[in-house]
Amino acid sequence: MHPLTGQLRRLILYLVAWIPLTALLIYLLSITHQVPFEQAAALAVPLCLFYAFMCLSAWYPCRTTPIDRVGFDKLLTTHVGGALVAAGLWTFVAWVLAWILSSSVDAFRGLNVRLYPELPVVLVTGILLYLLSVFFYYVLIALEASRAAEARMMQMSILAREAELKALKAQVNPHFLFNSLNSISALTSSDPAKAREMCILLGDFLRRTLGLGEKSAIPLEEEMSLIHAFLAVEKTRYGARLRMEENIAKDALAVDVPPLLLQPLVENAIAHGIANLVEGGWIRLDVQCENGSVSIVVENLFDPEAPTRRRNGVGLANVRQRLEARYGNRASFAAKGEGDRFRVAITLPAEKGVATQ
Amino acid sequence: MSSELKDKIRVVIVDDEELARQVLREYLSSHPEIEIVAECANGFEAVKAVAELKPGLVFLDIQMPKLDGFEVLELIGRETAVVFVTAHDNFAIRAFEVHAIDYLLKPVGAERFEAALKRARERLEGKAPSVAVPAADLAAAARPTAQHIERIPVRDGARVSIIPVAKLDYAEAQDDYVALASEGKKHLKQQTIASLETALDPSRFLRVHRSYIVNLERVARIEPYGKDSHVAVLTTGAQLPVSRAGYARLRAFLDR
Repeated sequence: MHPLTGQLRRLILYLVAWIPLTALLIYLLSITHQVPFEQAAALAVPLCLFYAFMCLSAWYPCRTTPIDRVGFDKLLTTHVGGALVAAGLWTFVAWVLAWILSSSVDAFRGLNVRLYPELPVVLVTGILLYLLSVFFYYVLIALEASRAAEARMMQMSILAREAELKALKAQVNPHFLFNSLNSISALTSSDPAKAREMCILLGDFLRRTLGLGEKSAIPLEEEMSLIHAFLAVEKTRYGARLRMEENIAKDALAVDVPPLLLQPLVENAIAHGIANLVEGGWIRLDVQCENGSVSIVVENLFDPEAPTRRRNGVGLANVRQRLEARYGNRASFAAKGEGDRFRVAITLPAEKGVATQ
Repeated sequence: MSSELKDKIRVVIVDDEELARQVLREYLSSHPEIEIVAECANGFEAVKAVAELKPGLVFLDIQMPKLDGFEVLELIGRETAVVFVTAHDNFAIRAFEVHAIDYLLKPVGAERFEAALKRARERLEGKAPSVAVPAADLAAAARPTAQHIERIPVRDGARVSIIPVAKLDYAEAQDDYVALASEGKKHLKQQTIASLETALDPSRFLRVHRSYIVNLERVARIEPYGKDSHVAVLTTGAQLPVSRAGYARLRAFLDR
């Protein structure tokens, strides 16, 4: 598809660009006073209109000889050859036009004779104009290629982000399930009532997580009740080793947060903190609301010399990426171990009401 | 001790979760030939119990406080049969590479448990497990490549200490053992120097001699010694022999 003939607006712009070129030709023809100004104009205007359309064809050899994929010799022969043919034809048309004008209009009599010495100028101008349009087409092709590449990149990054978000979407850690089921299996014989209770707690937690993947935000209060259901199950496993302390500002409870944003942090604090401590330890969750932003701190004890640190950071990286994808630089995330304490601090804009809509 | 007791299989259960230990205890209770001699809630306790009680079989969780299951296995040697019990299926290949008898996934089913117990019994009744390769060497071989150890667990009797590799000055081969010099003390560990070398990060530790690996951060200077050889003088004052090949490696590292 030709880039200019396909769109009327572009074609008009292109023809307008030929007006100064026509003026240039008139100037060149009349400069030696061989051809009077008005005769040069009468000759140059139809001639340039013809050549403007002629030069449109230069696009096709440009298309078939991509500048970055063919050798210089091929490039040279193709376009110089094209230029010679086009300019030769143009010169012939100029001569024919001059002959017609001089034989049909009285005032123009002898124009063809006066044009003879100017024909080399016409030929050279034709060659240069053709090469100029070749150059113009190559620039156009390069621009379009870069724009297409940019669009492709954009498309790719959108797709990648979508895929990432889908992958990051709230998921219950299967190992949590396996371990909980193992605990239930232990309780069935020793304490059936407790086993039933744990089944109910686990069911409660799973039900709350269902469908959260479709929601983009939930009130913090809902996330907290999810965390409580999760902790109730983990308490059965870890017993007194797991101690949770909460300090949550009342006005923060209505704030919207991405679903399952805090639960993985608590899960992380247990898996990489409490689980590695013989005597267990505490997890502190602190949520404050001020100046239109929410600050969330999850702090826990951990063993800096713990044996296995694998997987650690995956959950944290996940939370960080979700915050980044959703809030950009309006949210912040910091995770740091200091001594025997691990601390994750998050701030995000305090938005309300999106979740309930 | 009666002759009946002699045939009993002595078992240690290691898991940091009481309920997880309870399941195993329950499954084992139907086997009169099994005697549970200890239950441990972390890696240190496990190593201590195995060293003192010398059980035939250990049920071992992998993710635990203090020492993980693989580190425990590395320290208790190969005389004890080990069955791993874990919720994670991604350690299975590594578990069999360190010659674990079986690998049970939580939640553990009774049938699957019986099968593991049968395998363990066959192993214990048959020929004694080969002790030709130290457990630490197997553990080193089973480590995923490009992952280097950050700490070395060592055992002295029932006492376990952990040496972070940053605190290791050098290691010296002594027959079947390596002596690990750290903070003015030497710890013996049953492991070959070659397998220790592959486990350590090569950008931080260098084999300077057939019998020596040095922590490059500790090298103060290198002095000529005799006609062909050199000694490395460490910041701690210790002097280690450097072989010709070791000197070439050291030069290549220092010139980089």
